[in-house]
Amino acid sequence: MATYEWVPRTRNYAAEIKSFEVTSVAATSHPLKAITVTEVKKIGDKKDASKSSASAPSKSTVIDPLSSSDPLSVGINAEFDGLDPLSRIMKGDSAPAAKSNRSDRLKAQSVDETDGGDNLGETFEPWSLKKAGILSVYTTSEKLSITTSFLSATDQENVVIKTQTQSAGTVSDKVKNRLEQLDDFEEGSVKEMLNLSQQDYVKRIEELNEALKTAWDSDHRVKALKIAIQCSKLLADISVIPFYPSKFVLITDILDTFGRLVYDRLLDKAQSSLPGRSLKLSANFTSDEVPEAAKETCRNWFFKIASIRELIPRLYVEAALLKSYNFLNTNEYSDALRRLSLMVRGIGDPLVAVYARCYLCRVGMIIAPKFKDHIPRCFEDFITTFPQVQGESVQNILAVQKLDMPRYLTLFSPALDWILQCLAHNASETLLNETLERCKEQCNNALMINSIMSAFQPQYIANRALVFTEMIRDCEGTGLPKYLLHRTLGLCLVVAETPEDQRLPVLNEVWKAVVKQKNPSEYIGCAEIWIEFVVKHCGKREINTFLGDIIKHMTPDRAYEDFYPQLQSVVIKILAHQHDFSLLFSLDKFMTFVDMFQKEAVKVEVCKNIFESFNKHQTTSVSDPVVINAMMFLGKIMHDSVDALTLEDEKRQIGQLLCGFIRLVQFGRDFEQQLSFYVESRAYFSNLDSVLITLIHSVNNLAVETRRIVRGSHTSKTAAFVRACAAYCFITIPSLQSIYSQLQLYLLSGQVALLNQCYSQGDAFFKASISLIPEMPKTLDGDAKSKSSEPYLLEYLYSFVATLLVTPDNPEMGVMYLLRGLLNVLQDYTWEPNSDARILVYTRVLAMLSAAYQEEYPYHIDKVDSNDSMYGNDPKYLSEVKNMANTLISEILSHLKSIATPDNAKRQSSLVMEILSVLLTTCDFSQPSVSTLTVNLWNLAQKNGQADVKTLKKLIDLVKSKASSASSAFQSLLPRLVINNA
Amino acid sequence: MANLDIRLKKINKIYKEGDVIAGVVVVQSKGELQHQGITLVMEGMVNLQLSAKSVGLFEAFYNSLKPIQLLHYSLEVAKPGKFPSGNTEIPFEVPLKPKVGKTLYETYHGVFVNIQYLVRVEMKRSLLNKDLQKQTEFIIEYKTQDEKAKTKLINFTITPETLTNVKEKQNVPKFKVKGHIDSSCLQITKPLTGELIVEQCEAQIKSIEIQLVRVETCGCAEGFAKDATEIQNIQIADGDVARNMAIPIYMVFPRLFTCPSLSTNNFKVDFEINIVVVFVDDHLVTENFPLKLTRF
Repeated sequence: MATYEWVPRTRNYAAEIKSFEVTSVAATSHPLKAITVTEVKKIGDKKDASKSSASAPSKSTVIDPLSSSDPLSVGINAEFDGLDPLSRIMKGDSAPAAKSNRSDRLKAQSVDETDGGDNLGETFEPWSLKKAGILSVYTTSEKLSITTSFLSATDQENVVIKTQTQSAGTVSDKVKNRLEQLDDFEEGSVKEMLNLSQQDYVKRIEELNEALKTAWDSDHRVKALKIAIQCSKLLADISVIPFYPSKFVLITDILDTFGRLVYDRLLDKAQSSLPGRSLKLSANFTSDEVPEAAKETCRNWFFKIASIRELIPRLYVEAALLKSYNFLNTNEYSDALRRLSLMVRGIGDPLVAVYARCYLCRVGMIIAPKFKDHIPRCFEDFITTFPQVQGESVQNILAVQKLDMPRYLTLFSPALDWILQCLAHNASETLLNETLERCKEQCNNALMINSIMSAFQPQYIANRALVFTEMIRDCEGTGLPKYLLHRTLGLCLVVAETPEDQRLPVLNEVWKAVVKQKNPSEYIGCAEIWIEFVVKHCGKREINTFLGDIIKHMTPDRAYEDFYPQLQSVVIKILAHQHDFSLLFSLDKFMTFVDMFQKEAVKVEVCKNIFESFNKHQTTSVSDPVVINAMMFLGKIMHDSVDALTLEDEKRQIGQLLCGFIRLVQFGRDFEQQLSFYVESRAYFSNLDSVLITLIHSVNNLAVETRRIVRGSHTSKTAAFVRACAAYCFITIPSLQSIYSQLQLYLLSGQVALLNQCYSQGDAFFKASISLIPEMPKTLDGDAKSKSSEPYLLEYLYSFVATLLVTPDNPEMGVMYLLRGLLNVLQDYTWEPNSDARILVYTRVLAMLSAAYQEEYPYHIDKVDSNDSMYGNDPKYLSEVKNMANTLISEILSHLKSIATPDNAKRQSSLVMEILSVLLTTCDFSQPSVSTLTVNLWNLAQKNGQADVKTLKKLIDLVKSKASSASSAFQSLLPRLVINNA
Repeated sequence: MANLDIRLKKINKIYKEGDVIAGVVVVQSKGELQHQGITLVMEGMVNLQLSAKSVGLFEAFYNSLKPIQLLHYSLEVAKPGKFPSGNTEIPFEVPLKPKVGKTLYETYHGVFVNIQYLVRVEMKRSLLNKDLQKQTEFIIEYKTQDEKAKTKLINFTITPETLTNVKEKQNVPKFKVKGHIDSSCLQITKPLTGELIVEQCEAQIKSIEIQLVRVETCGCAEGFAKDATEIQNIQIADGDVARNMAIPIYMVFPRLFTCPSLSTNNFKVDFEINIVVVFVDDHLVTENFPLKLTRF
């Protein structure tokens, strides 16, 4: 193989750069704006966020989607008006106020659409949400019994045949009447199943539900009615009272199903027998549109129901079918509701009665939300009949079931809450006043007060905070325990704005009561709500006292161990409202509070919360030693929890939090303190790669900052400092886990060292990285996939070589000794099979060598003398460079020969083109050796017809453009570069 | 196989005297059907039953009074012939004219008195095949009535003193129940309404019920017998209700089992309600109120 001599072309880099520039024209208008010019107002002052979220950050309206709180609600609470910044410029007006009055109550906000299109609004909590709550709370471990004839035959042993008792005293009739057959069960006698556990009971109810649907689907509608009646009878049974609310929920579900089935059937019948071609009734149809056949069927249903003997089934089934009244008479259901609400008075047991009223209100709300007459009446009746709970019959039942009064009264709360919610929905403050008055007169009871506070809008309650506090203090203690009342009051007050003058007295009053609570669970239930009130309205001293009090209550008997969630929520609430961290850490009780979290997992969680809040809200940099110490202490806790078993995600999260914190610590001009902080952080957080990387970057940043301040001319002090920085990096980098990160950081730190004129440090970095290259792992892990590291290594080497250009040689070592070292390492590196990476690197080295050959390098490091000024174009230096280049060329050519097999043709030709492009840009074609080499390579590229024609054309264009600028060498080259098969 | 069916034009099957009953006779057959004629008979009858009280058990069982025929009309729907396969509908129209001297009373299904109106269709077939028959009931209501409902408010008070049939009054717990029935003379289509208040009661109440009772009087040669039987029992209070709470009385009169109060030469149909208060120890207290029901 012929040897070629490589001669680089002299280049004038400055002129080349200038020729690349495009002529610029001054712009008169913003290129991203539309053509029509609108008056652009200042975007500046945005209105403050609505009163509901006091925690809206004042800095900007950019929503941080990665913030720890629920991303969707953050968007709603802040002033996001749905426009991106550019269109906001177009609009030219300030952002509108946030959505009005969306109180961030803990209840969800879904809308229940009703028939008449009446929207109950977003503040009305629908029944479906309360259901799950009730079912989970009202459970029992006692045995239940169920009486029905529609049970499966499987549990024979549990079945006791119940003899039909003769109804007392009524005139017994020998001839069975068709009407009485409704009460009679032809299909098997009534069976009573005893000793069911709650799960079994629920299962049986489900079975009844299924039986109802099956009967209906097979057109046994009378049977379905009977099942519905039987289910309603179950509601009359109060043998296991604590389970009653859940029973109510389950059975009313079945009744709702039944009502819906009947309604759908009537609708179907009406639509199928409509005259003409209209096949559908409109959504709000009136009774006139209903054909006679459907009306007749409807009438039949109501006649059947009207003759149900027992009050409770009749009431419930009619309420379930209420919607179907629409077929007979539009808006007849208002009369029906009125009538039914009066009928409820006939129910003797107060618990059954209040739930029946609750059902009426519920059904009424769904069908006719505008009609509300029956609700006040229900409420009135409830108040009037409330004294019954003290009556003999109820007391007897309670005694038999061994239930105490307070617990019994809590069973009332779901129903009462619902009735009050219906009453209070969109109600005025005067209604609240009236209701309060009625309560005070008749039923000054904890239960009532609790429900009123939950039902009416928090703002109303807040306006009367003091009144309520007094009411709570004075109310009878026979009902709900007082701490629940305080809790509800607290919930209202933290959501709404309390008037100024009432705040402190309310707090004092409530606090007096709460502090007396001995039971830790009750105490913490109140405290966790009221802390938010204190944080929002009071100052440092109060918060401290509060925290101290909580600690005092929670410490005896290690009570805090049971209440970690509540204590954690206390911390979160404090963090949400208090963003001044120096204040926070100056509270002497705060750290003691955090210490209470003895369990490590919880403690780490709390630390994470604090860090998240810190990162989010600390806008200015921090230099307060108190804050820094406290945060380091907490950070250490988080860091120490990371061990070999920690999940990747967890590590990443903790690393992120710590990095955020480190970035926020700034000591201004006091760089030394900053460096010592970094040293300390390194000691604390040595286990996390991401933190170490941040630290190294920060230290490099420090060094560059120093340089900027002294404008490149270091004093002895600053020089020592930057050397200290470099030393820091040098020590820290090897402790990283990832080799690739080490390589990158070595290069970066080397560049920074050079920038600061620390030559020996720079050299050390480069040497270290060169010796690290062999240890580069063959695969990199990322995103659960591992990919080959070769492309990364390649890119790295390119930038490394570029840096080496301006690295001044060490006078004691040979010319370009770093480069030589690199080339040696690359020689021995095990590349991937069939990889041309080495040759590609050689091409880049060739380019770099051609630049090194020039008199003046295309770029320099400021105040650093590179080889061009050091050697000053010494011929010995130039010949060294040339030798290296020749060696490289022969290496390249031998490699090309080794891949000259037919199946490597494409690979070979693309490789050749890479080489060609480097040669064309760098070599001197007046030398015959070079031009011969180029032409031979050109022909080689096309030998097997695998050349990429486009690239060939581009190369020819390059030569043409060079030739046109009167360069004879290129002109002579051009005709020899022919594209075959062009 | 052949099928015979009657379909009346009116969906609710309610007719008045003088109306014309229109409908179709539907013959359904697979294949051609030979028949010997289809006749339609419309008839209305009052069936009376003897009460065991008047003539003794066996007499009552074996004898029965002759039914009174109010209406009879027969019509040949189709002459003997053949019907094609599939559905054949033959329309018919029959006027509702009672027999001479009779009025069409309202449909009423009772225990001792039964007033029923039927349309019966019979298809005669050749000797080997059975005759096909189908009947359907329709309902008669008064077109006009001389007597109209007049509001007659009835107030009542029930105390131990007002009880008539109890001998030992000391066993009866002290109580006072007041109330009123909005009207004891009312339209049958309207519900019975009223109010009841338990002002005071020593014992616990188990239930308060309204019992609707029919009083049928049948005559026969030996005399008249009056029987009271329960139609339905509607509970209006369950459990120990609160004192001084106005509990509504509300009862809908069931169709077919009630009719406007009727009095004829041979029989009488009347209605009453009983308000029954049942105590926990299963003692009960009743108060009776006769009613007058009219169609208008």
